[in-house]
Amino acid sequence: MSQFAINMIFVCGSFALYIAIAIWARAGSTKEFYVAGGGVHPVMNGMATAADWMSAASFISMAGLISVGGYANSTYLMGWTGGYVLLAMLLAPYLRKFGKFTVPDFIGDRFYSSGARLVAVACLIIASVTYVIGQMTGAGVAFSRFLEVSSDAGLIIAAVIVFMYAVLGGMKGITYTQVAQYVVLIVAYTIPAVFISLQLTDTFLPPLGLFSDHVQSGVPLLQKLDEVVRELGFVDYTADVDNKLNMVLFTLSLMIGTAGLPHVIIRFFTVPKVADARWSAGWALVFIAILYLTAPAVASMARLNLMTTIFPDGPTADAIKYEDRPDWIKNWEKTGLIKHDDLNGDGRIQLYNHSPAFAETANERGWKGNELTVNNDILVLANPEIANLPGWVIGLIAAGGLAAALSTAAGLLLAISSAISHDLIKGSINPHITEKQELRYARISMAVAIIVATWLGMNPPGFAAQTVALAFGIAAASIFPALMMGIFSKRVNNKGAILGMLSGLVFTCVYIFLYLGWFFIPGTASFENVPANWMFGISPLSIGAVGAVINFLVAFGVSAVTEQPPKAIQDLVESVRFPRGAGTAIDH
Amino acid sequence: MTVHDKNAEAYWKANLRLIIGCLIVWALVSYGFGIILRPLLTSITVGGTDLGFWFAQQGSIITFIILIFFYSWKMNQLDKAYGLDEE
Repeated sequence: MSQFAINMIFVCGSFALYIAIAIWARAGSTKEFYVAGGGVHPVMNGMATAADWMSAASFISMAGLISVGGYANSTYLMGWTGGYVLLAMLLAPYLRKFGKFTVPDFIGDRFYSSGARLVAVACLIIASVTYVIGQMTGAGVAFSRFLEVSSDAGLIIAAVIVFMYAVLGGMKGITYTQVAQYVVLIVAYTIPAVFISLQLTDTFLPPLGLFSDHVQSGVPLLQKLDEVVRELGFVDYTADVDNKLNMVLFTLSLMIGTAGLPHVIIRFFTVPKVADARWSAGWALVFIAILYLTAPAVASMARLNLMTTIFPDGPTADAIKYEDRPDWIKNWEKTGLIKHDDLNGDGRIQLYNHSPAFAETANERGWKGNELTVNNDILVLANPEIANLPGWVIGLIAAGGLAAALSTAAGLLLAISSAISHDLIKGSINPHITEKQELRYARISMAVAIIVATWLGMNPPGFAAQTVALAFGIAAASIFPALMMGIFSKRVNNKGAILGMLSGLVFTCVYIFLYLGWFFIPGTASFENVPANWMFGISPLSIGAVGAVINFLVAFGVSAVTEQPPKAIQDLVESVRFPRGAGTAIDH
Repeated sequence: MTVHDKNAEAYWKANLRLIIGCLIVWALVSYGFGIILRPLLTSITVGGTDLGFWFAQQGSIITFIILIFFYSWKMNQLDKAYGLDEE
């Protein structure tokens, strides 16, 4: 059976499973269709939250970025897990006690202002659309390989499928479908990793394999990897970074962005009890950590495997001949995501870091530049092929990658459409529209969002995980501070919150647009996105943390010179702090 | 029960103390050991690299999980001790 047929069986099989579960679960309860997680045990809710959370960025893209960046990109690992600590302690239990369903609901009520509610909706939409661009990039990569088409064609096919998936809707809301998606996703991610860990280090668990000895050479895996990449002019994989400020701010942006993203927070609004909101955050992190502890092992092992493929006799010997290249390179060449250019005309593939520091060595070896361009986002999907694993493992990872990308993209589209049709149009502009009209607005906004995201996804502002990181920066700068101040301060009033959110949002977006193009439109960047141009060495990916500080300062400053919030609001803040009397968010 | 009484205030203070304690550990393992203090940990080797690298790619995540479960367990005790738990 061809690999294409195997992939088809795995992808279609997993989708049939989700749909079957959706139909089975829907018969039981219509309420769950709207409110995910009500009456569900914290362990199940944690698993569903993990599926919601882990998208193309975590599954497809992140390990590729760590693979290329080494230690420096550990930020993604700490950033996208550490946020759950903030969620569990600073937001989830109190928002659950508050007892409404959306983030604009809380901000609108706590800051007693429809203006605050509108600003929250705007922040939510900007962050979510940016997030979807990243998802589409990842989904495009997965589809292009799976259907063996160019990456742009893959992106358009992905857009059509995501749109259908989201319009059919509801599937997203059913906790058991998400539990199934989680299982497919985590099995698809860990099985290849276990195989590769056994091959390279003879260790069953990849997180332990990462720190074990490399079987072939007998030295520790990471030491071996450092030696290999050093020979080819790259920075050591485990090398420390000089710009620690940027690394700290980037990690902080991702952490507080995690705690500010509406599609994650919403799950904690609806668990049965306040205590469950805390436990659910813990269980969600357990299930997320299974992938996140495996990812760094996947990253380093894939890098080593890639280098050994190109330099089968070691980095100091000749590279592999182009005509002898393995099948996986041929397959990915079709998508345009791997390119070979024989600069020195010797018929071999030289993969190295063409930098001034390495120029002399390159010259001695007769190399005229790096000849193989590998898109970072293909690494996880190509990983089983690189390691020569059996066909079913490759099919499995295709199914997992698509599950991750589609479920999160569809969930975000639903969040955007409900923000526009429910919070914006019905909540603010015209409260008298019928349910039918509301639904029509929801569909239209979904279509607009996917078209915008697909168009921008053709020339994305970064790799999938980087684009998603920008979305986190925006959420960090706008939504998280407003939520936290709403709970922990009785003094911050409507004016402070609105001006705080606006200044955090505008500052962060402008800084990002300056380097990555205005509204991410390709070719409109004001400065080239290189470290030399960054203010104080802070990259656009890290600026969200600074935006959050500005948000806090403006909000406290403005509130200090304006009036106290009304007594009723101060009582509301008091009441969310204590679990007693929470009641149920929904009856079940 | 009014939420303004001394009991509720003491509960909130205890909660804040617990949060601050947990967040100090949270910052220490990630921003501390994982990033800023890494140069100080280079003498402790872990499988071909140093302890700072391990904290950045493994240790911080494991600590985060322990922190959330510790906080949830502790808060449930506080809820009961102050009589503010859900019936």
